[in-house]
Amino acid sequence: MRVALSWLAEYVDLPAAPTPAAQAELVADKLVSLGFEVDGIDIPGGEPDPIAGPLLVGRVLQIEELTEFKKPIRFVTVDIGPGNGPDGSDGPRGIICGATNFVVDDLVVVTPPGTVLPGGFEIASRKTYGRISDGMICAADEVGIGTDHSGILVLGNVSEPPADGSPLPSPGADAAPLIGVGDPVIDVSIETDRGYAMSLRGLGRELAAGFERPYRDPAGRDTGVSSPAGGYPVRIDAPDGCARFVALSVSGTDPNAASPWWIRRRLTSAGIRSISLAVDVTNLVMLELGNPLHAYDAATLSGPIVVRPAGSDRTVRTLDGAERALQPDDLLITDDSGPIGLAGVMGGEATEISGSTTEVLIEAASFDAPSISRTSRRLRLTSEASKRFERSVDPEVAGAAADRAAELIIAYGGGTVTGRTDVRSSTETVGPQPIAFAVAEAERLAGRPYSLDTVVRRLREVGCVVTAADQATREIPQGTTTLTVLPPSWRPDLTRPADLVEEIARLESYDTIEPVLPQAPAGRGYTGRQRRLRAVSDDLAAAGLVETLTFPFFGDADLDRLEVPADDIRRRRVTVANPLDAQRPYLRTTLLPGLLDAMGRNLSRGNRDVSLFEIGQVFLPKFGAPTMPELPADRRPTDGQLAVLDAALPDQPRRVAAVLTGEWDRSGWWGRGRPADWADVIELGKRIGRVSGTQLTPVPVQRAPFHPGRAAELRIGNWPVGIAGELHPRVLESLGLPARSVALELTLDTIPEPEPPSPPVVSAFPPVRVDLALTVPDGVPAGEVAAALRAGAGPLLESVRLFDLFTGDQVQAGHHSLAFALVVRATDRTLTAAEANEVRDAAAAEAARRHATSVRA
Amino acid sequence: MRVPVRPDPERTPLPAPNSATEADVAGTPVDPTDEQAVTAATDAALAALAAATDLDELKTTQQRFVGDKSPLALANRAIGALDKSQKATAGKLVGAARGRVTKALAARRAELEQQHEQQVLAAETVDVTLPGDRHPRGARSPITALTDRVCDVFVAMGWEIAEGPELEAEWLNFDGLNFPPDHPARAEADTFYIGDVGDGRKPEDRPGGTGMVLRTHTSPVQLRSMLTRTPPIYVLCPGRAFRTDEMDSTHTPVFHQFEGLAIDRHLSMAHLRGTLDHFARAMFGAEARTRFRPHFFPFTEPSAEVDVWFPGKKGGPGWVEWGGCGMVDPNVLIAGGIDPTEWSGFAFGMGIERTLMFSRGVGDMRDLVDGDVRFTVGFDDPARRAG
Repeated sequence: MRVALSWLAEYVDLPAAPTPAAQAELVADKLVSLGFEVDGIDIPGGEPDPIAGPLLVGRVLQIEELTEFKKPIRFVTVDIGPGNGPDGSDGPRGIICGATNFVVDDLVVVTPPGTVLPGGFEIASRKTYGRISDGMICAADEVGIGTDHSGILVLGNVSEPPADGSPLPSPGADAAPLIGVGDPVIDVSIETDRGYAMSLRGLGRELAAGFERPYRDPAGRDTGVSSPAGGYPVRIDAPDGCARFVALSVSGTDPNAASPWWIRRRLTSAGIRSISLAVDVTNLVMLELGNPLHAYDAATLSGPIVVRPAGSDRTVRTLDGAERALQPDDLLITDDSGPIGLAGVMGGEATEISGSTTEVLIEAASFDAPSISRTSRRLRLTSEASKRFERSVDPEVAGAAADRAAELIIAYGGGTVTGRTDVRSSTETVGPQPIAFAVAEAERLAGRPYSLDTVVRRLREVGCVVTAADQATREIPQGTTTLTVLPPSWRPDLTRPADLVEEIARLESYDTIEPVLPQAPAGRGYTGRQRRLRAVSDDLAAAGLVETLTFPFFGDADLDRLEVPADDIRRRRVTVANPLDAQRPYLRTTLLPGLLDAMGRNLSRGNRDVSLFEIGQVFLPKFGAPTMPELPADRRPTDGQLAVLDAALPDQPRRVAAVLTGEWDRSGWWGRGRPADWADVIELGKRIGRVSGTQLTPVPVQRAPFHPGRAAELRIGNWPVGIAGELHPRVLESLGLPARSVALELTLDTIPEPEPPSPPVVSAFPPVRVDLALTVPDGVPAGEVAAALRAGAGPLLESVRLFDLFTGDQVQAGHHSLAFALVVRATDRTLTAAEANEVRDAAAAEAARRHATSVRA
Repeated sequence: MRVPVRPDPERTPLPAPNSATEADVAGTPVDPTDEQAVTAATDAALAALAAATDLDELKTTQQRFVGDKSPLALANRAIGALDKSQKATAGKLVGAARGRVTKALAARRAELEQQHEQQVLAAETVDVTLPGDRHPRGARSPITALTDRVCDVFVAMGWEIAEGPELEAEWLNFDGLNFPPDHPARAEADTFYIGDVGDGRKPEDRPGGTGMVLRTHTSPVQLRSMLTRTPPIYVLCPGRAFRTDEMDSTHTPVFHQFEGLAIDRHLSMAHLRGTLDHFARAMFGAEARTRFRPHFFPFTEPSAEVDVWFPGKKGGPGWVEWGGCGMVDPNVLIAGGIDPTEWSGFAFGMGIERTLMFSRGVGDMRDLVDGDVRFTVGFDDPARRAG
């Protein structure tokens, strides 16, 4: 909302400052400290591109139409005051003007030669259209007070003085203050909970409290409007949608009456265009008091006005000419002809004020905030009215707002109030309720003391009626500990003591609360799972992988590309009702599609030899899960209810996934590098297991999107934790990834928190190293042969490591050779070669027993 | 300096000296009594040793002038055949001569060995500016790295880290946090709703919907903490959250935040300010400070937005909006099973991406989302952890 400083000053004495700009800064800072966001300060015709030189009031003496040009051009003789004529004379100046919206005796804004307008535009005496133009008559945009260039500024007419008897400026007077040049306009954002502040009335009250100065409430003025009964019939058939509807009939007003300059100036400063007297007045009163008004041409209404839900009505034509599609619960204003307006959002075309309207019906109503918000959002139709109603409007200001509008229409357009209707919803509206407020509550929540006097004064400043508990008098005895606080009608947000504390603390400024660091009880540090997560992430980064966080959404096509079968468990998934990307409406059941996507993006940008990892949640449906229970918000759910809540949620285990492409060991001046292969990624998986405190055992597995012969399920005992291996060549081709790329995905949460390992016994005696080459039938996994060796060798075996593998002519058909290096060592003595050989033979014997291996000579 | 393109893989061994043939070394016999001849032979030996330019030559010289067949060795052997009267003199003469030669040999050998070592080491000199990046380091994401850093600060204050599911009950995301049923944040324009949980039920069988959303903040974890812990509670809740914002340079539908919750006896906004001041100093240096501006949130009352000032802010020292905070709304305490008359609490929340943008100058949110390794590796800073 844009508010001019001069307008605010009508309701509160603003602090003095050397310049209007400095004063605007003071006001803006105060608004920020009160909890408003200030989007900016504009100074029309001021910094950063100020007007230099005089702007003068001029009186049009004579208009000569020059007809020889393609467009209308006027040569205007203007009196701009004594001493301001040509060469310092008192005489008039002749000025060429392209606008036509003025008549003789109009008061206009004239820049004499020498004045520099915004944009460095210097006015000079010059010959144009065959005449000497000795200055310029200004439009709003030329002096920086608005964007309107449809005509020049007209401040009034000498032969038709203002109906309210206010004096007109004289020719030669300084026009700048009259048109708002140099009057700063502050742009304030009003949050949804502070609807009352979306008006001069509300902001004025806030600033009065903030600056601790008296406040002049514009709703408290006497408008002098009488209230005859027998107004236009109104019925509320939407008791929850409309709390109050005031309709004021003004009869016999002049349809051609123009808005006085001061109203147009106020509207211009707020960024609202002047349309007609009746419409301008409704807008002005909305800005002033916060209640959006609507003016109907009463002659176009037929039958009573009824506020009701749209029901079976499908459309309404709004005054912008658009046909709006309706939902059954949209709130409408109707008469016998059908819908005549979208309540609280926009009036209808058929009943709007026209150039011949003499019978005006002023609507001042309060509509239900959520209902207006819903309709406005759905239709993407935001108006000054809807912005206010969705933030809630004070239902008690409607009467004052209607009166004020009638006062202004009659003052400038004539007419009389012929009737007044004031209807309230049949629903018992719960108005403000008294709050029992312990004075000490403010200190308890804010953390600094506030005196009783401060508490009472601040609550009264926001509009509350404050009395000592159980006493009706305004006097609060010293020592009072509990107050009864009745919030004002415009503050539906104040319902509890905490709400009142915020008002006191904010008006006294949060800056006055001294920081105190609380002493938390000694904590236990990170949990084992949290430590593991960080250890795995740090280790993978150290191992050469780059961490990436991808969006958890996927679509069928993503799994199709991975050749995941139709009946695969990963196809059973959770669906987002309103996805951003309709192609990816599901929540991931595997991290791989997202990670492969990120890999593709890297490769397409020319990055090579990329290894990525991600740790994140997947979303796994539970078959037969209970439905989510409906829980109350006003008390703690029972443990039973919470257990059902958790049971209803899908499983969301945390996983780690990695994709490795290109060279794992790079090529360089040292020679050729080595691509990441299935062995690297399986080892990486085992490494994640080790970092997580467990030993993972690879077992061959066939599962998409992996190569059927080059992937391993990684297990703890028989419990699968995940999979690692080479991706299927077809999958790699369809994804456009390098051949032989590898990947893994493990469920970190399935890895139990391990017992800490017992410290290894390290022998200081010398080792005996013996090699053992075995002929092994094809198909026997090397890991199982090594396990057999370990089992057969017994406790003297310190380590066994496969150091060579070959097949070929030297080995019998259907077999291959595995060569192991055994380290044999005792903890209490130096072993002899004979003892070491016994260990070796025992190991070989167990391998032979289990897997039919034989020792190669 | 000679710079080999490819240094030798191993250090070059000292070469074994060549052995000379018998014929090369057979010397002319010297009369051990002839002092002049012995002196001449000695001088010849010394001259030859001095003339040896490397260890190979020295070996040959040694065989010729010091070996068994060298003139002085032959002279020494000839002493045995001399008169007793001559033996002593000749022995003394030849012995002294051989001693000089042996000593000179040792000295020359030491010299040449040192010279050889220098040559070998010089020959092994490499270009130390050659890259050695056979297996480069990877990187942590700036988002998780900064999350770690924030967690460290709070754990150091005795707080604990709490986590929860990303797909969450609407009750925990909204109702229990005092969002009224018509609150705009609940609109589909802001919140991802779950249409089908894949449990076999059809959407039409659930007229009320699934009652689940992708959490729009990590506040459900605060509520879960209240429901499962007993006060005093001091927890930090980091994690992912979701809102239906289209991706652009300052928005992402999937983002990360951290929220803090403290519930204890006598906690007030003063403690909230103290906590955030301390946190700001831990993150942004001793000069950092915070200020509060009143604001509205459903789950706190009183509420504030918090700005932080610090000298190292990108674009120069100044204030920047950091997050929201306030005293936990009594309705939220009640929903969490905590008596608001006995306990009070504060809560705050900040965005990880936003913090990275203003503290480290990340100009475009998409850089944090795309996962381009050039960005992530370039940002990697394991010791600072992105703070």
